[in-house]
Amino acid sequence: MSPTHFVALAVILFVIGAVGVLVRRNALVILMCVELMLNAVNLAFVAFARLHANLDGQVIAFFVMVVAAAEVVVGLAILMAIFRARRSASVDDASLLKY
Amino acid sequence: MTSSLAAAHAASATTALAAAGVQRAAWLLLVFPLAGALILLLGGRRTNRFGHIIGAAMPMASFVFGVIVFFAMLSYPAGQRSRDVHMFTWIAVGRFHVDAGLLLDQLSISFVLLITGVGSLIHLFAVGYMASDPERRRFFGYMNLFVASMLLLVLANNYLALYVGWEGVGLASYLLIGFWQYKPEPPVAAKKAFIANRVGDFGLTVAIFLMFATFGTVSFSGVFGHPGTAGTPTLTALGLLLLLGACGKSAQVPLQSWLLDAMEGPTPVSALIHAATMVTAGVYLIVRSAPIFNLSQDARLAVTIVGAVTLLFGAIIGCAKDDIKKALAGSTMSQIGYMTLAAGLGPAGYVFAIAHLIAHGFFKAGLFLGAGSVKHEMDDEVDMRRFGGLRTAMPITFVTFGLGYLGIIGCPPFSGYFTKDPIIQAAFDKGGASGAILGAAALLGAGITAFYMTRVMFMTFFGERRWEEEAHPHEAPPIMTSPMIVLAIGSVGAGAFLILANRFVNFLTPVVGSPPPARGLINWISLSTLALVIVGVAVAWAMYGRRPVPAVAPGARFPVTAARRDLYGDAFNESVLMRPGQWLTRLSVYFDNRGVDGLVNTLAATVGGTSGRMRRVQTGFVRSYALSMFVGAVLLLGAFLLVRI
Repeated sequence: MSPTHFVALAVILFVIGAVGVLVRRNALVILMCVELMLNAVNLAFVAFARLHANLDGQVIAFFVMVVAAAEVVVGLAILMAIFRARRSASVDDASLLKY
Repeated sequence: MTSSLAAAHAASATTALAAAGVQRAAWLLLVFPLAGALILLLGGRRTNRFGHIIGAAMPMASFVFGVIVFFAMLSYPAGQRSRDVHMFTWIAVGRFHVDAGLLLDQLSISFVLLITGVGSLIHLFAVGYMASDPERRRFFGYMNLFVASMLLLVLANNYLALYVGWEGVGLASYLLIGFWQYKPEPPVAAKKAFIANRVGDFGLTVAIFLMFATFGTVSFSGVFGHPGTAGTPTLTALGLLLLLGACGKSAQVPLQSWLLDAMEGPTPVSALIHAATMVTAGVYLIVRSAPIFNLSQDARLAVTIVGAVTLLFGAIIGCAKDDIKKALAGSTMSQIGYMTLAAGLGPAGYVFAIAHLIAHGFFKAGLFLGAGSVKHEMDDEVDMRRFGGLRTAMPITFVTFGLGYLGIIGCPPFSGYFTKDPIIQAAFDKGGASGAILGAAALLGAGITAFYMTRVMFMTFFGERRWEEEAHPHEAPPIMTSPMIVLAIGSVGAGAFLILANRFVNFLTPVVGSPPPARGLINWISLSTLALVIVGVAVAWAMYGRRPVPAVAPGARFPVTAARRDLYGDAFNESVLMRPGQWLTRLSVYFDNRGVDGLVNTLAATVGGTSGRMRRVQTGFVRSYALSMFVGAVLLLGAFLLVRI
């Protein structure tokens, strides 16, 4: 398996995630799509790290996972609060903070 | 010749010795009236009962102490009478050092005695004059402030302290002219006096700046020490700026118009302004700055021109006024014009300017107190056409006013004769065309003075009685008449005392230089002066003594109407100063509204409008934010790739 395959898979995953963030209304799905984008990047990091026999990419992947876990915790907590208040998980409904 | 005189003068000015003995306490001169002002103004209504006693006692205390200091001075030899009283270091910034100190010399002590002596008499008179005024205590507070400021002005040993006194005099005159502020005219007159004075103050301020820039100091000893180092153009500029200051304070043309309106103040104020304080300050400034004027021919010429023009200007105004106080105000303007003229003649005239100033202090204070006494008894009537025949009703006022009158017209042997004649002679002695013109103006002024003062005399005290029905004039109480009597004695004897035997000339010579030896008392100039005075009196008698005076001013043609309107002084100010000033302000307002404001407002509106439109981008939809981030990231990436390739 050449590095091209890894990069291609990472690009496909990233695009799926990005499109999901842009087109879906459900906050839960958006969070999942964000995870998908993060993991696509992780995949690219790990692949290149292995290619260059350099551990930096591997380390950064770990950092990304830690940050992602924290982000999900906070994100889901906010989501729960909004859902309890408004009985909806749609991000378009939560649009009061504007001009 | 002038330079040697200046050198001699400079030597005397720089060698002011430190004061010793009783003179070391000369600051007490200032403290008395200042304390009076503070007690009366800060004490408020609690001091109402005894305020006038304190107010009248303080200038007297100053006068008594002034006499003591004067005799201490007389005990020194003539060359060592100039004494410096150091009080404290006032300003010390880098190389700029100003000591608060007093200069006791023959010139300043003459003024101190005049200010406190005549001032005390006026204060005494005011005790009676203001007896029924509920604000008498405040009045005396301001009067004491006036005297204190004037004393600081004449005693200061540097221009900065002089300036403090100068401004204090301006403030006190403002407060006193507008004292009856419930009437419409006095506040306006007070404002006018203040503003006209500010124009003059501007000249003095710039002069002080220029002195500091040129000499690096503002003390008299520093400036007068080596005035020659400054160069003639600088000295001329200094002289002209000082002259501007003197014009404001002394009501000389072109800043004369405030003096006539200042008559709105209570009469003791008029007497104080005209006789002892305020208007004499300008003459003092010029004589004190003699070392500067001695070195600048042009500045001296300007001073003499201002003096000559003013002495005719004031005399002509005095001829047409029916208001007794305004007629006297015109005469003050004219007499100060004589002093300014004399001061402009240099060492030949300085002594006579001060001698005339002192003699004038006596007879003008006497005349004003007499006018105040008449006004007081005639229910505040000042129109001389409503007076007449008061000589029998008010004999003491008549006699004292009459002696003052004889003094001012220069009738021998009264004081004006001795002090005015040397000025006229000195003007002729200047030589050349300018001397002849100045002398002729002074000579003519003497004739006009005789005319208008005789007119005042006849309209007030002679002829038939033209009073209102309800007026019952009788003699004023003794507290008012006794100062008038003392002043009348002064207006009889002051001139002879000062001028005969060269007393005053010898006394002042160490400070201001000696005039050339006087001619005899009888020569063609004094005879022609006397002849003109007799003509003036005769004309006035023919017009106002022989014929009855109409109770309403008759219609008149050009010269009289012009004089009634102060020779268009107000019209001049209005058209030359006020209107262009208003146009300038209107132009500035327009430029500010349209230009400056327009620019700033347009900028603000543009930013505001743009941000209002930009605001709409913040929709609150998370996905649109995500999209803009995404587009931004793509653009950045594209830009990177583009640059790399």
